[in-house]
Amino acid sequence: MNLNWKRTALSLSPIWATLVALALGAGLILLAGLNPIKAYYALFMGAFSNIYGISSTLTKTTPLIFASLGVALAFKGGYFNVGAEGQLYLGGLGATLAGLYIHGLSPLLHIPVTLTAGFVAGGIWSLIPGYLKARHEVNEIITCIFMYFIGLLFIEYMASGPLFEPGAPAAMSREIAASAQLPIIIPNTDVHLGFLMSLALVFIMHLVLTKTTIGYQITAMGLNPVASRYAGVNIVKDMCVLSFVSGGLAGLAGASEIMGLKHRLFDAFSPGYGLDAIVIAFLAKSNPIGVMVASLFFGALRSGAGMMQRAAGVPTTAVLAIQGLVILFVAISLVLPQWRPRWFRADMDKETPRKKENE
Amino acid sequence: MPFLEMKNISKRFVDVVANDRVCFDVERGEVHTLLGENGAGKSTLMNILYGLYSPDEGEIYMEGNLVKISSPYDAIELHIGMIHQHFTLIPNLSVTENIILGLPSSSGFLLELKKAEENIDNISRKYELRVDPKSLVRQLPVGLQQRVEILKALYRNTDILILDEPTSVLTPLEVEIFFKIIRRFTEDGLAVIFISHKLNEVMSISDRITVLRGGNVVGTLKKLDTDANKLAGMMVGKEITLSLDKPSVKKGKRLLEVRGLSVNSEKGGKPLVNNVSFDIHEGEILGVAGVDGNGQGELADAIAGLQPVSKGQILINGMDVAHLSPRKRIERKLGYIPSDRQRVGLIVDFSVAQNLVLKNFCDPPFSTRRLFLSHKNITSNADQMIKEFDIKVSHGNEKVAFLSGGNQQKVILAREISGKPDVLIAMQPTRGLDVGSTRYVHQCILQHREQGGATLFISTELDEVIAISDRIGVMFEGEIMGIIPGGDRADLEQISLMMAGVREQKTKKSVS
Repeated sequence: MNLNWKRTALSLSPIWATLVALALGAGLILLAGLNPIKAYYALFMGAFSNIYGISSTLTKTTPLIFASLGVALAFKGGYFNVGAEGQLYLGGLGATLAGLYIHGLSPLLHIPVTLTAGFVAGGIWSLIPGYLKARHEVNEIITCIFMYFIGLLFIEYMASGPLFEPGAPAAMSREIAASAQLPIIIPNTDVHLGFLMSLALVFIMHLVLTKTTIGYQITAMGLNPVASRYAGVNIVKDMCVLSFVSGGLAGLAGASEIMGLKHRLFDAFSPGYGLDAIVIAFLAKSNPIGVMVASLFFGALRSGAGMMQRAAGVPTTAVLAIQGLVILFVAISLVLPQWRPRWFRADMDKETPRKKENE
Repeated sequence: MPFLEMKNISKRFVDVVANDRVCFDVERGEVHTLLGENGAGKSTLMNILYGLYSPDEGEIYMEGNLVKISSPYDAIELHIGMIHQHFTLIPNLSVTENIILGLPSSSGFLLELKKAEENIDNISRKYELRVDPKSLVRQLPVGLQQRVEILKALYRNTDILILDEPTSVLTPLEVEIFFKIIRRFTEDGLAVIFISHKLNEVMSISDRITVLRGGNVVGTLKKLDTDANKLAGMMVGKEITLSLDKPSVKKGKRLLEVRGLSVNSEKGGKPLVNNVSFDIHEGEILGVAGVDGNGQGELADAIAGLQPVSKGQILINGMDVAHLSPRKRIERKLGYIPSDRQRVGLIVDFSVAQNLVLKNFCDPPFSTRRLFLSHKNITSNADQMIKEFDIKVSHGNEKVAFLSGGNQQKVILAREISGKPDVLIAMQPTRGLDVGSTRYVHQCILQHREQGGATLFISTELDEVIAISDRIGVMFEGEIMGIIPGGDRADLEQISLMMAGVREQKTKKSVS
């Protein structure tokens, strides 16, 4: 029983990491001479107390779920996709193009087509590092970061150049066709259909990972690509498909953002959802349900920050500090299994894996 | 009184005796070779001399004085230098920087690269170890990197130079040049200890030879008093200790046929597998013996499709699979027990049940429409396999990482053999296993043979290869030196000769 308790405690390490981060954040607020309880209360109330707070939280949660699912899927299969932000931008561009230049379709057709355009654009952006990794063993972390900057600047060029609406006050495109816009699902708020789609994807991905041969294969590849190849898996092909789908999901984040919220392509239209997605995927240990919870947490942090600033005088940037601390402690919790105190380890080690045998 | 003398050195690791009261000495101006198979205890002995291991028993004397060497630092102080098989150079530093690394500078904090370069130049001219002191180590070919290692040792005024299988990284021409350099060292009064398992090289460079087997000294001989045949016999030993109960099986039709198979090295140079041909019939085990690293691993991987084939054919049931994917070969009834079970054969973070379906999770009954996994069938399959193959585990959902080596191997055996393969490749299937598990692995493979399967059994344990095989091929430097009968009819002397690179045809007693 005791052993089970310890294992459960260990498997919940992301939650401990988050709590430690919040506690340390409280310390920082205290150091600044402000009241952390008041600040966190305001943060929570800002995110959840009324329909505006909730809708703002859900609106920010939507792209986080899409992008984090993409990153989590990639992690699961051993593809370290840190370029979700770039793929998100490309997805936004793909959706914008399909929303601007395809006319006369009914929404029933135009919305899927536009979403697909976003998925494919994001997918291709991720397929490039994925292919290079699979075929030529190029480190995807580096290429993903390159692709992120290229994507960001490319969107800036598109929004201020070819797609620029003449006379507009900032770098933005024309509005996409009404038939390509996602409907609002809670009246008088910004919460759009994309939120429900992201939830649906959470459950689809959960099913795929736990119940299907595809999930088995992705997990196997992520845990041990050498053994997967030995077992007859075509690693090159599977890695390409995985990177494409992963980028596609991040692309959907951008597409739903354009189609449901912005309705135009802006330069820098994402406040870093694709970057948060990396942290969320880590925090969730690549589990889709965990992704949903962690995305909600990050969405709430972003949406409650304003209220915190007004009510407790804590600047919104404190939220970034808390996010940073979360990253730090999640990273620490990843090495914790090798690093547990002796009293904790005592009876667990009897079953510790025998990683190396005598040569 | 010998220049250096190691007396009654013993060293035990957890469950193996690596050195058992080994005595060894070397004089100035001679090359004394330590000869033996992998695992005979050569490297252990030299690592003790270099201070990397401390001996459990025994003493070391230099010029009659007892010395204590508890770290490489002590060894360097005593002017002992060692060149390891794997170089200890920093690729992004220059030759000079690598050589002076760790040495104090006579002018405090300032690097004296100029002076060092001159010194290096002098040494390299003296021994004709030519290498540009300014070039970066990573730009040098392996042969020259080895020179840098040697220069590093000489720069520290080495009197005793230990060379741990130095020729394994060299081409034949480089070996010749290398031996000339060694000769120059001994003329200059250095004592050289040469570790090797290659008989021809040993015969050409040594003054004296000490043969180790299983941690014991078999004998120390002057080169002039011996020849390669005698050394090979000493290396391998005379008795066969293992015998297996092997019912006779009628040899059936040809299941695996390998024709002129070659696997090129990515680095260029000699092919890793060179023009290998053999065939295996129904109910037959072909053993492959040979010293580790002579292309056995590449041969197995090439047949399984994990290593690209450069030339030749691999026919399973008459169908050439040499350029098919691993999956296609599995579908053509090829089973493979890889040597590295934790890295290749298993996914240790998966459960026993998941590992048991690693190759067929997409097939019924484990999935429907190749998409939805049937966890029920996967679990019941695991329960059955656990019983049938006597895998010691509480239940099928236990992670493989928590199993002992023997039980991990049983998971692989269960998966590979229950797939009823026509051809089974077993690569070092008993490595690291205890006696009981080893016997179990042998039984499984013999059972596969009785059921009419063809088996390629590759091992560096000569005993088991001889005991289990119907025929034995011996690999040396990527080539098959010859194929001879196994079991009771095996000719040990001939096998040991072939393991040292002597071709079957050259011996008198050729067996067809």
